[in-house]
Amino acid sequence: MDLIGKKQFDFVKNRKIVYLISLIIVLIGLTSIIFQGFNFGIDFAGGTLIQIDFNEAVSTAEVRKVLDSFNLGKSTIQSLHENENEFIVRTEGISVERGKELLSSFTKNLGELEVLRVETVGPVIGENLKKIALYALLFAFIGMVTYITVRFEFKFSIVSILALFYACIVVLGIFSLWGKEITIPILAAVLTIVGYSINNTIVILDRLRENIKFKTKETFENLINISINQSLYRTINTSLTTILPILALYFWGGSILSDFALALFIGMVAGTYSSIFIASPLLLGWNKIFKVQQRGVRIIGKKGSK
Amino acid sequence: MNWNRTFRVTSVFVVIFIAIFLSFPLNEKINLGLDLQGGSHVILECVDTPNAPVDNDAVIRVLEIIRSRIDQLGVSEPVIQRQGTRRILVQLPGVENPEAAVEIIGKTALLEFKDEAGVTQLTGAHLLDAKTNFDQFSRPIVLIEFDKIGAKEFGEATKSNVGKVLAITLDGKEISTPVVQEPILDGRAQITGKFTVESAKHLAILLRAGALPVQVEILENRSVGPTLGKDSISKGIKAGTIGLILVLVFMLIYYKGFGLVADFALVICMLLILGALAGIKATLTLPGIAGIILTIGMAVDANILIFERIKEELKLDKTFRASIDAGFSKAFRTIFDANVTTLIAALALFYFGSGPIKGFAVTLSIGILASMFTAIVVTKIILELVATKFSPKILV
Repeated sequence: MDLIGKKQFDFVKNRKIVYLISLIIVLIGLTSIIFQGFNFGIDFAGGTLIQIDFNEAVSTAEVRKVLDSFNLGKSTIQSLHENENEFIVRTEGISVERGKELLSSFTKNLGELEVLRVETVGPVIGENLKKIALYALLFAFIGMVTYITVRFEFKFSIVSILALFYACIVVLGIFSLWGKEITIPILAAVLTIVGYSINNTIVILDRLRENIKFKTKETFENLINISINQSLYRTINTSLTTILPILALYFWGGSILSDFALALFIGMVAGTYSSIFIASPLLLGWNKIFKVQQRGVRIIGKKGSK
Repeated sequence: MNWNRTFRVTSVFVVIFIAIFLSFPLNEKINLGLDLQGGSHVILECVDTPNAPVDNDAVIRVLEIIRSRIDQLGVSEPVIQRQGTRRILVQLPGVENPEAAVEIIGKTALLEFKDEAGVTQLTGAHLLDAKTNFDQFSRPIVLIEFDKIGAKEFGEATKSNVGKVLAITLDGKEISTPVVQEPILDGRAQITGKFTVESAKHLAILLRAGALPVQVEILENRSVGPTLGKDSISKGIKAGTIGLILVLVFMLIYYKGFGLVADFALVICMLLILGALAGIKATLTLPGIAGIILTIGMAVDANILIFERIKEELKLDKTFRASIDAGFSKAFRTIFDANVTTLIAALALFYFGSGPIKGFAVTLSIGILASMFTAIVVTKIILELVATKFSPKILV
């Protein structure tokens, strides 16, 4: 199954179209993030989450009725796929005592139940967490720009960050569009994607760094194409081996981790795409804008021209 | 086999042996987080009220009282820590009834005796002891005993309220409204409320530990019952096993002989991760399990990079041995740079994370390091050994 060298794909020729499509996707994502915003879970927005498992069949409407009697009509109720009598209820923040009353009211009206999880987060903690999350993202970005600049070149770090940015916007944009909850694990997933997508980009850029050194006859455009092609099977196979466990996590990992796995899955796909189609081709744009002559080879010149 | 290689092979065996020694049996050697074994994670904040502003002494006193309450609840290995100036972190692993425990921790527990006009006659400040018992109708009651000063105050309060109600309140809520029959001078009294055995026990604990000097608010409370934790573990193991098998099979189908080597390295990598987790006494959380599962996929990455490189070298008609050396040395820098950038992200996660996410950052970082080690050292040894006996055809 060795395909390297048999077929060379041109990733650079149609880059303008790729940029356009990517730009549209980013704009849709950003628009949703700005205008629709995020559905912050209780980790960030504050509130109470109760996960309960009734012994007997109970409907969402019945749960809702009990909540209404506590003036918690705005709560969201989610029944789980795996077990229809298991519910996750999200309400405004309620005190421990009120929570206890609510639970005993559930028992009184709907029968015996088991309390699986009760989480209450105050608004102060949530606001604080948003700040910390932002710092963490900034820290990761600055750390990577610094490292890549030291090991490679500044422009390499900029295109890597742009590719990263793309992967993050896709994940957060889709979560915003879908109204999916943003919780601490989702942010952890985004940071993981940051780490992972950069990994993919670095492998390609590293190949480019090597090729720039040894294949001095090639145009920069060709060098980029060769580098992407040389790393292509590795990029795809590594993405596959990473996506397989993520899928296992999504389907068998339970309700708490399924959204986390979903975010990772979207991020891996978007990250792989941006590593291949966005990061290195952008270097061409950079050279054009800043009029850089890469390795003494005419960048804009045609193949073989000298 | 040269000395250099003998040394490397021995070191690898020693490392694997240590990892197995450290991590087995798993259920004893790996610490489980609150989200997996069940329990409560609570952050309290001392807040100012007009009559009780917060100062350093008050926070220290609150810490002591909460510690005493938790000790009496019988929680093993609780964490009670001050965070910053006014916050207190409480973690109660494996607690049976997390909700009740949290309720007990956060209560001010100010016991007051009020006359019919609602004037406070005395408080629980001078209690010596509080015990549960049963009255003649075998209803649970709480027996309290005052110290000398308290007994005197209580004697006076009962004397001036004979034939009247002397209400007993806790944090302003009436729990009992007995009528004083005669003055009580020995400092002993009983509280007969609508108690269950458990609520009587909890009240006794609260009274023994004393009232908090200032009001506390619960900023964050995450309680997980033991069932959900067990469920999370079994689902995590299932997802992990399926993920592992999928990756093992994929590598075998796609990379054949190389794949077998990678699979072997992957299994060793998993052992090393578990050994490291147990060795540094890290706490395994649910996101931590997710981190390990994610590592399964990432761990083969370094191997894939190496194999692709070796294949390229073989195409240049180099010998097997030379291709292995060239492939490794060329792949090494890539693996190193790519993994350092991933580690930077993991570091950011660690810095940002609260409990469970820290667990994720830890397993992810350990996973990256373990996978680098197995790819660069273990895979190399195996390939070198293969190269002494076979032609490269056996791998591709």
